[in-house]
Amino acid sequence: MEQLTTIGLNHYLTISAILLGFGLFAVMTRKNAIVVLMGVELILNAANINFLAFSKYNGGMEGVMFALFVIVIAAAEAAIALAIVINIFKIFKSVDVSKIDSMKE
Amino acid sequence: MSNPTYTVIFYLFAALTVFSAAFVVFTRNVIYSAFSLLFTFFGVAALYVFLSVDFIAVTQVVVYVGGILVLLLFGVMFTNGIMQTGQKSEVFHIIPGTVLLFGTIGALLYTFYTSHGWMPSETTLQGSIVERIGFETMSRYVLPFEMVSILLLAALIGAAFLARFEKSGK
Repeated sequence: MEQLTTIGLNHYLTISAILLGFGLFAVMTRKNAIVVLMGVELILNAANINFLAFSKYNGGMEGVMFALFVIVIAAAEAAIALAIVINIFKIFKSVDVSKIDSMKE
Repeated sequence: MSNPTYTVIFYLFAALTVFSAAFVVFTRNVIYSAFSLLFTFFGVAALYVFLSVDFIAVTQVVVYVGGILVLLLFGVMFTNGIMQTGQKSEVFHIIPGTVLLFGTIGALLYTFYTSHGWMPSETTLQGSIVERIGFETMSRYVLPFEMVSILLLAALIGAAFLARFEKSGK
């Protein structure tokens, strides 16, 4: 009970593990490329929670700075990935990742 | 740290995050996924406030909710057609996916809860960290900061280049 009522590192790690599992599940099982991207965003958020939780209980600033850079990279990744998905949609008229298997139009 | 209100609010936001993330993954409708992702991002931002990194929480709201989620919604609208009802996302590899889901969560939680090695430091982060982030950005992390700004510029130019409309003569 003491373990449950005092919020510690394990609580954050648990949430992070669950988000990572869901993200992996979305990447693995979904056919729509946009939902796969959402899974990748969930995984990045899980990593960020881990960085920030360890940074808080360690007292250093390394995790905080790394989390900031992860957010920036995530923004760049989302922009590029959406551009690629839109190009794929223009060429194949579909964003089903299981049907897109040719490298040329 | 262990006052009941703090704990209850923490569990509220944790539940919001986890259940909306589950909804993102398990609903078949892409639009529902995108809007549920909004609640996940807000829940994660609230958890960042609990971790006393207020600046990252605000950045999370601005960048993820204001930027990435709008971009994802734009992608959903653009690739499906708003009036089209076939916005379902098909599912495949359901058995390996489920095994991966429960395997990952189970293995990580087993490791976390059976290793009693976490020793919190005496000086955990307290209060606002905006000032410390400013100092770190301009001293120790100035090179990564500049590199990431160049990367962001290149990525945005690349995205605009990739997603542009084709000239009709080509």
